[in-house]
Amino acid sequence: MNKLDELLHFNHQALNLRAQRQQVLASNIANADTPGYKARDFDFKAALEAATAQPAPATERSKALAQPELLYRSTLQPSLDANSVDMDVERAQFAENIVHYEANITVLTHRIRMMLSAIQG
Amino acid sequence: MTSLLKIFDVAASAMTAQSQRLNVVASNLANADSATGPDGSAYKARQVVFSTQNMGGPENSGVRVSGVIEDPAPMKRLFEPNHPMADSDGYVTMPNVNVVEEMVNMISASRAYQNNVEIMNTAKTLLAKTLTIGQ
Repeated sequence: MNKLDELLHFNHQALNLRAQRQQVLASNIANADTPGYKARDFDFKAALEAATAQPAPATERSKALAQPELLYRSTLQPSLDANSVDMDVERAQFAENIVHYEANITVLTHRIRMMLSAIQG
Repeated sequence: MTSLLKIFDVAASAMTAQSQRLNVVASNLANADSATGPDGSAYKARQVVFSTQNMGGPENSGVRVSGVIEDPAPMKRLFEPNHPMADSDGYVTMPNVNVVEEMVNMISASRAYQNNVEIMNTAKTLLAKTLTIGQ
């Protein structure tokens, strides 16, 4: 793995997982009224650790993006139609995920700027 | 495939489903007092049935309306002997629309629709932000 790849690898994986989580949460919110739907989510920490633990060879990595294991959310107040989406939880997680995603982008941008200034002097 | 663009599909499917629900609520409320329809009998309340639609992987679950069913609730019977539709006992069969239930349904559909609009706007903002990486 070359140095530039290594510099961006962590943020790349983190951003990918954040985007994926955003999708999962969007699906949960979309299915808030679907009978029998079970809210899904994944453990971000475990997923990111798994994604960054063993860096695959550069040629394989581009297509081998991390695929986190999707879990089911446990509910405090189950509903009669077997739907387990709690809108408050989903909205809170959604907002939290957005902030992390944007923070990730900021960090990534700064890393790129740092590299540029190292190259250009 | 993972992409924030998929959120647009998911949110759009939910918005379509919710607006269909809103349509059904509108026709139920409009016909709450329709004693007779094209088939000669009173209007029966309709309800939409939502089901999950796979849009590529479990992380992309959209919504679709799998069917519009007739409400199984019993029809209302009003004693109105002077009504042209009254039977021999003087009762008129009126629609089984529960107006209170429909109002609740309407508010719920409208809130769910708004939620999905916000999801879409957020996805748009995030995508725009993503495009500024490195600038």
